[in-house]
Amino acid sequence: MVAHPVDAIMLEQRAASFTRRSIKEGAKKQGLRLALSMVDLTTLEGSDSPEKVRSLCRKAIRPWEGALDNPLPSVAAVCVYPNLVPIAKQVLEGTGVRVASVATGFPSGQYPLGVRLRDAAEAVAAGADEIDMVINRGAFLAGRDEEVAEEIREVRSTVHPAHLKIILETGELGNYDAIRRASDLAIEAAASTGPIRDGEIFIKTSTGKIAPAATMPAVLVMLEAIRDHWFATGVRIGMKPAGGIRKAKAALHQLAMVKETLGDDWLTPKLFRFGASTLTNDLLRQLIRMERHRYMAAHDFSEA
Amino acid sequence: MPQRIDVAKTWKLYIGGRFVRSESGQSFPVHHRRHGTTVHLCRASRKDLRDSVEAAKAARSGWSAASGYLRGQILYRMAEMLECRRTEMAEALAAAGSQPPKQRLDEVDATIDRLVSFAGWSDKIEQILGGQNAVPGPYYNITVPEPTGVVGVLPPDKPALLAGVSMLAAPLCVGNTVILIAPEAHPLPTALLGEILATSDVPSGVVNILTGRRADLIGHLADHREVNAISAVNLDEENLTDLRKRAAESIKRIHHERVTTPAWMKHEERCSPWCVEPFLEMKTLWHPSAC
Amino acid sequence: MTDRTPDSTTKVPVNVATSASWEYAPAPERTPVEIEDRYGLFIDGEFQSPRSRRWFDTANPATGQPLARVAAANEKDVDDAVASARKALPGWSRLRGQERAKYLFRIARRIQERARELSVLETMDGGKPIKESRDIDIPLAARHFFYHAGWADKLQWAFAGASPRPVGVCGQIIPWNFPLLMAAWKLAPALACGNTCVLKPAETTPLTALRLAEILQEVDLPPGVVNIVTGAGRTGQHLAAHQGIDKLAFTGSTEVGRKIAEAAAKGDRRLTLELGGKSPHIIFADAALDQAVEGIVNGIWFNQGHVCCAGSRLFVEESIQEEVVRRLEHRMRSLRVGDPLDKNTDVGAINNPDQLDKITAYVETGQSEGAMLHEVNSQDLPTKGLWFRPCFLTGVQPSHVIARDEIFGPVLAVMTFRTPEEALKRANNTPYGLAAGVWTDKGARIFEMARRLEAGVIWCNTYNQFDAASPFGGIKESGFGREGGRHGLRAYVRL
Repeated sequence: MVAHPVDAIMLEQRAASFTRRSIKEGAKKQGLRLALSMVDLTTLEGSDSPEKVRSLCRKAIRPWEGALDNPLPSVAAVCVYPNLVPIAKQVLEGTGVRVASVATGFPSGQYPLGVRLRDAAEAVAAGADEIDMVINRGAFLAGRDEEVAEEIREVRSTVHPAHLKIILETGELGNYDAIRRASDLAIEAAASTGPIRDGEIFIKTSTGKIAPAATMPAVLVMLEAIRDHWFATGVRIGMKPAGGIRKAKAALHQLAMVKETLGDDWLTPKLFRFGASTLTNDLLRQLIRMERHRYMAAHDFSEA
Repeated sequence: MPQRIDVAKTWKLYIGGRFVRSESGQSFPVHHRRHGTTVHLCRASRKDLRDSVEAAKAARSGWSAASGYLRGQILYRMAEMLECRRTEMAEALAAAGSQPPKQRLDEVDATIDRLVSFAGWSDKIEQILGGQNAVPGPYYNITVPEPTGVVGVLPPDKPALLAGVSMLAAPLCVGNTVILIAPEAHPLPTALLGEILATSDVPSGVVNILTGRRADLIGHLADHREVNAISAVNLDEENLTDLRKRAAESIKRIHHERVTTPAWMKHEERCSPWCVEPFLEMKTLWHPSAC
Repeated sequence: MTDRTPDSTTKVPVNVATSASWEYAPAPERTPVEIEDRYGLFIDGEFQSPRSRRWFDTANPATGQPLARVAAANEKDVDDAVASARKALPGWSRLRGQERAKYLFRIARRIQERARELSVLETMDGGKPIKESRDIDIPLAARHFFYHAGWADKLQWAFAGASPRPVGVCGQIIPWNFPLLMAAWKLAPALACGNTCVLKPAETTPLTALRLAEILQEVDLPPGVVNIVTGAGRTGQHLAAHQGIDKLAFTGSTEVGRKIAEAAAKGDRRLTLELGGKSPHIIFADAALDQAVEGIVNGIWFNQGHVCCAGSRLFVEESIQEEVVRRLEHRMRSLRVGDPLDKNTDVGAINNPDQLDKITAYVETGQSEGAMLHEVNSQDLPTKGLWFRPCFLTGVQPSHVIARDEIFGPVLAVMTFRTPEEALKRANNTPYGLAAGVWTDKGARIFEMARRLEAGVIWCNTYNQFDAASPFGGIKESGFGREGGRHGLRAYVRL
């Protein structure tokens, strides 16, 4: 694997430059809708109940109950723990909203490999379209890259043809060089299991359990790894920032960064997702404000 | 008829570490007032100037990259060698004839002390003139002085030795290479200085000494695109304007001062960092700071 | 308040297909800026009609529209300005440093407070993107006054063992690429050190300097301490040759710098020159490539390449040439060229028609010499105004004109090297020595390259960084003297 050192300061400056893009009028409307369509509406609490998941799924299909001339898109997916996959599948079947599940010993990954693989296999069997796996950070940080790669390959083989999102947990990796190395490692490992189609493999920043999570510079490093893989192979890997993106404005900044780093091709839920829960309502708030020309109250939007 | 005829030499030019006769084959006479004799010195031509610029240019990277410690030792060695030939140099000063013997020795001694003082600057000027700059941002920002390059030095006639050596040592100690053009009316001490330098471990080409007619050389010095700076004192208005005009083409640095003859004896003032600074270029480095 | 309609609850929305491109809508900066019809010369604290009775237009290069009539100072006008500065000198130079500082601090504050207006005006008059005037030019101009204000009462500590005194009346000639910022670079240290000034802005971009004159009035700067004479090259020549000035500072091209130095040759006048460049930008194979590419972009396409220290000669280690070219092409595609007042514009208008002709001719020469042009044609350029697409050329030989001459436009010459020695040799093979950039992940190499690169400013793993505390200026034929930091004060004091 070729080393790709990262200079933190220039990276952060470049990432910050996207936050100064001014997204107005039609571009803003389109961007907000686009962002909404890219949300993986997520609940990952110990207290998650079937009823909560059902409610989340309804919100996913139809994020807002109000009437608009141009109907809002549904979100991309609902993301839940493996136990709740059957519930989600029941509600979402045939709606176009996909079921994603965090498996492989989420969030720590601190389980024997056999357990993690069974976790993933059962989630797929229960109907998950997408599996969000965590990499073995212990092995990665200890420099046992091959062990990390092998586990990714095994998970990929186990869950195929379900799509795979590989969580790096960037907040635990220490610096941008490591984020880049983990991105390259994950992409190369997944790609080495056989031909992959565009969007079949994602890399994902975080579990949402660790801060910092989807910061602009961390995402930019990962986008650059994706771009280099695309340059080298023509295959489009997907990207999923997760954790910490709560405001519509932050989502638009991320989209600007994707557009200018990878191009418009990536501006689709097939290749870009937001792992988020509170983001959805802020997107809606901004969208409805633009449609209705007035500021909306938080209670105008249902909790998931 | 005297019992023995003196073996008189024609003083050569000192170029690239070698003593050479002028390419032009010309020499010029100077009257040694004390001895009542005529001394001949080579009269440097445009081509001799060119050769010395080439030599100075070639010596530049080695001399500027040499450690300050080494340059300091070499300047100190120059002082040691001049001390050895103290009386001989006083005799050379006597060629001008106007100074009493005590004053001549005083000038030589002051010159030796001046060299010792400049020797000390060679590894200290960075700390006086350089530094770190507090920029708002995650950067290390430091400024370090570096030598300008090839410096032409035009010392005044008086004090022939002390002024010339002060003007030579300032650019020299911080890593410039020099073409020293001896004072026209009183070149003998400078010519002798060349012989002293040749035995002082000064690398070839680091100091080059030309004797001759200023008018033959000064314009070419100002024009030459490999000469980066010229140090001169007490030029008349017309010469100075002409020098500046000609230097404009290559954006040459012209350092010109008006200095009275007694002022050269003011030791602290004449070897302050501000005597060295005109022959330094400030280089500023930026580097990000992050993990 | 959530309204529900029966038909919309039954329909299941589908994911939007988004293969369509997402374009940023226009985002123009709308802060209104008042511009007078005419601007006189700022002499003795007042705007005055020129004795020349001559005026010229300054136009918006993005639209071609004239913005204002500006006085063209002749020799007599320059005389008046110099006399005014001379008259103000004793009072200003004898004012306690502490008090001088207060004026400078107030100027800094007023620039900050009027930043939006100044940014818009700078962009209208000069063509640079509003994001640059807003985020760089104007804040840095304020920073320069603020920084130098703090020096005014500390000069005795700035120069080891010496007692600094003001030089006197300073003539200062500035270029059109950073109009207000260059005015600040010149005025702030001069004023801090107790000098009085006659400033000549460039003829294509005089408006922000004249707005600065209004700020000087607002803060009650004593009349004559700063005088501003507008005009073209002749006005500058008058000022350079004027026997009433003690110090001349010029920023501009090396070509004009030579003329200025000649004009200033007579008399005992101090001189500093900040001239042109053809700065090398060296990328080693081990560099952080994506950030190096950002460095390249910032190095050559910042301010349309109208930057004296632009990294206009790129030297890439041969083994990564293809990789760098591909990334650079990809990156170039995301640059937004157009309306400088649009907040999303990355590359604005070319400052003036002469410069556009010059850039165009250079790129043609480059191609006729055998270099290959890389540019992106996906975006239409505005029909009115002065525009040039950012581009780079590969297959450039060091002997090519485009590898030797300062183009002063968004045009990069790309060359390769194999060893550090070769990189240094090629980089230093120029009469210029303003700046240099080097990218490598190896610490020891950074320092050795920095030591051996012949330039006044070395950006290591970064490019085009500026600050008031950091000395800026060139070696070789890029000029002499520094601006910024303690070193920048040197030009404005006698020791």
